[in-house]
Amino acid sequence: MSAALFLEPAWADICAFDDLPVRGARRVETSGAPVAIFRTGDDRVFALIDRCPHKHGPLSMGIVHGHQVTCPLHAMVIDLASGELTGADAGKGCAPRVDVRVHGGRVLLALPAS
Amino acid sequence: MATHRNNAGKERLIVIGNGMAGCRAVEEILKRDRDRYQITMFGAEPRVNYNRIMLSPVLAGEKTFDDIIINGEDWYRDNAITLYAGKQVTRIDTTARVVETACGVAAAYDALILATGSDPILLPLPGADLQGVVAFRDIDDVDRMVSISGRGGRAIVIGGGLLGLEAAYGLARRGMDATVIHLMDVLMERQLDASAGFLLQEALKARGVETVLGAQSEEILGADGKVVGLKLKDGRVLPCDLLVMAVGIRPNAKLAKDANIRVNRGILVDDSMRALAPGVYAVGECAEHRGQCYGLVAPIWEMCRALADTLTGAAGAYEGSVLSTRLKVSGVDVFSAGRFAGGEGCEDIVFRDAGRGVYKRVVIENGKVAGAVLFGDAADGGWYFDLMRQGVDVSDIRDTLVFGQAATEGLRGLDPNAAVVAMADETEVCGCNGICKGAIVSAIEAQGLNTLEGVRAVTKASASCGSCTPLVENILKATLGDGFQAQTGPKPLCACTHHPHAIVRTRIIAEQLESIPATMQALEWKTPDGCASCRPALNYYLLCAWPGIYRDDAQSRFVNERVHANIQKDGTYSVVPRMWGGMTSAKELRAIADVVERFDIPAVKVTGGQRIDLLGVRKEQLPAVWADLNAAGMVSGHAYAKGLRTVKTCVGTDWCRFGTQDSTGLGVRLEKFMWGSWTPAKVKLAVSGCPRNCAEATCKDIGVVCVDSGYEIHVGGAAGLHIKGTEVLTKVATENEAVEIICAITQLYREEGFYLERIYKWIARVGLATLVARVVDDARQRQALFARFEDSQRYSQHDPWAERAAGADAAEFGGFAAPPLAAAE
Repeated sequence: MSAALFLEPAWADICAFDDLPVRGARRVETSGAPVAIFRTGDDRVFALIDRCPHKHGPLSMGIVHGHQVTCPLHAMVIDLASGELTGADAGKGCAPRVDVRVHGGRVLLALPAS
Repeated sequence: MATHRNNAGKERLIVIGNGMAGCRAVEEILKRDRDRYQITMFGAEPRVNYNRIMLSPVLAGEKTFDDIIINGEDWYRDNAITLYAGKQVTRIDTTARVVETACGVAAAYDALILATGSDPILLPLPGADLQGVVAFRDIDDVDRMVSISGRGGRAIVIGGGLLGLEAAYGLARRGMDATVIHLMDVLMERQLDASAGFLLQEALKARGVETVLGAQSEEILGADGKVVGLKLKDGRVLPCDLLVMAVGIRPNAKLAKDANIRVNRGILVDDSMRALAPGVYAVGECAEHRGQCYGLVAPIWEMCRALADTLTGAAGAYEGSVLSTRLKVSGVDVFSAGRFAGGEGCEDIVFRDAGRGVYKRVVIENGKVAGAVLFGDAADGGWYFDLMRQGVDVSDIRDTLVFGQAATEGLRGLDPNAAVVAMADETEVCGCNGICKGAIVSAIEAQGLNTLEGVRAVTKASASCGSCTPLVENILKATLGDGFQAQTGPKPLCACTHHPHAIVRTRIIAEQLESIPATMQALEWKTPDGCASCRPALNYYLLCAWPGIYRDDAQSRFVNERVHANIQKDGTYSVVPRMWGGMTSAKELRAIADVVERFDIPAVKVTGGQRIDLLGVRKEQLPAVWADLNAAGMVSGHAYAKGLRTVKTCVGTDWCRFGTQDSTGLGVRLEKFMWGSWTPAKVKLAVSGCPRNCAEATCKDIGVVCVDSGYEIHVGGAAGLHIKGTEVLTKVATENEAVEIICAITQLYREEGFYLERIYKWIARVGLATLVARVVDDARQRQALFARFEDSQRYSQHDPWAERAAGADAAEFGGFAAPPLAAAE
């Protein structure tokens, strides 16, 4: 996510914070790769490219626990903050992070400018 | 030695052989120096590297091929290894330092490793070329055996050694009548003495494997080109449909021999694993070191380490291996090492426990352990093996030696962890995955692991064949000290709790816990909101405990149950409408056809459960697809559910000239009564109208086989990962009785089964007799169970498709789209 290196990232207004299910995720279609936005049990918000580094499963369909998500295809566990695989698969791949923030009850996503 | 470096400045290393030795050698080299070599590997089998010693569990259906892959494609990619899989090297030119394959690939090397393994020995008996005569060496052999075993029948295995017995056990597990033919009078005579051999023979018999000892094969008999039997020298003829030769292996040294590299039985190597040609090395089963060829995994790993040292500039020194053996037959615990049979100057210490079927023999020579045979309880095998290898004087402990490590060291007030503490960090603990003690200890410390499961998940130690489990547990104990909580009794539900399933279920009811957070609080969960294992389990337990009260938590459901369809590899879904008892109509088929066309659904498939599967539906299309199917009267088939799936039927007395009862009608009735119920794992039913059993009821979770006089109720079948025939629960005279019993047994399973535990596993745990007593013999209990099932159904028979087609849970199927980004331009 470094395309707009010297620009302010383009913050796209995606949805209301309350539209995100607690311990769940929603998928966002973009002009590029789809993005998964996660809301954890402690109301933190994370975003990753919606593609498991293992076999490309949709992470937005996984079960969210702690600050992790378990991929629905082969139960790989991904750390939401880093996008990295964890456990025995640590270091074997990573779902790229996307900057996300909550402002005024809205969820904003930093998308590449291209 | 002139070194020809390639563009990247690396030396070119070629490995012939993509098996366990070749790959392990490469792993060891990469561990020492990641950047020194540009590596190319040639493998005769057209696939990635797998764990050949685990072929037996694959044959037995206890593991799948995927489970035994050691290095997947990503390993080759990540380490920039060029793999030629399925390309056989046909020539080595040791002068030009080039290898060539049959299809014209030629590659130059600076260093060449021969890891060509071994070939199975095929007895030159008449008829050895008949169809159905196989060896047991690679996954193709396993596939052949599995496919033949699918037709049942008889199998003969020639060879009563390790491999032959594992083959016979696997085939028996697959439903064949298996017989082992062995030349000697004792099974595994190179590893076992006569007593242990006899116990093994008995244990195998109990598992459906017969043995014929002292038998010499003379001729393989055939008809129409296929094997039909084996004739022995004494004139006996044993019929068979499959004949496996497992009489031994022979080092595969042909390539080396053709290239004039010195070969005796195997390729001759020195202590640094060098063969007798410049830049050429050999490792594994193809190598011969100090007159010895090895066919077990431990010595091969030791060779690989010595070779890697040599190839990365250290002095590699392999000095030969002391051997130990374990047999991979489930429930048969056998260990053998060293001079187990004793001999002159040796003393034996023997322990027997007939009740438990335990036999232990420890052989002592000059005050040291010289060998051991353990049968029935081999947990101390590793300890005896270490005492033997290290040449420890055991004179002081010989009176308790045979009782094992814990007894010996505990009685003397020694710290039972001392031996583990004394182990060097580089000592390999898990041979299957190549994990050393140091790696386990650092994982425990760095990640705060405190359970065996945790160590397995992080390091993979003891996660394959499991024979190093006691050692891994001891390392965990020694590392954690007082922080270690011994896992006595049942395993915890998952790493988030120390409570096992049964305790969780009991306390939910006893303490009236009615939500996931309440349960986690009361049972002192270790994580804030559980994990992908415990949340779905708790959700189910609560749903089952409090019908009509508990509110289902969608975020604790696996995706399939959350969106009521089955996720596919590309993220699309499959949709399976219910067809009661497998019956359908022109109207339903027309509606399905219309849906397929309207939504451009890419694939339509008939399933094994007598349903139609629509594959490749996008998530956002699901509610509209369901609406159309609903309009034709069809509801969710729950093909995605840990719940009632399908009731398969035959046409019974409606059409069939053999039908004894209305099997279709009963199947439809059961399905209409039971659909929508959630269960610990999926539940599949079938009703066959006569014992010809066209609905295959005897491999279902619950099956009914109709007979003239009534209905046989079968339970506990499986035909997936495991294959298991059902057991007969009881026989009843009327349809009503059959329905009551089936619902009662289902409710008992709902209330007491562990999450993801299929009915056959549940029955194996609690015993069929318990079920007979509670559901068949005890009418009051049966009726109470039936009533609870009926009550629970009042809350579960709402079609989830209709609810969502009408707009429920719309956000789940909607998703969001990012607006166009004009601002960024």
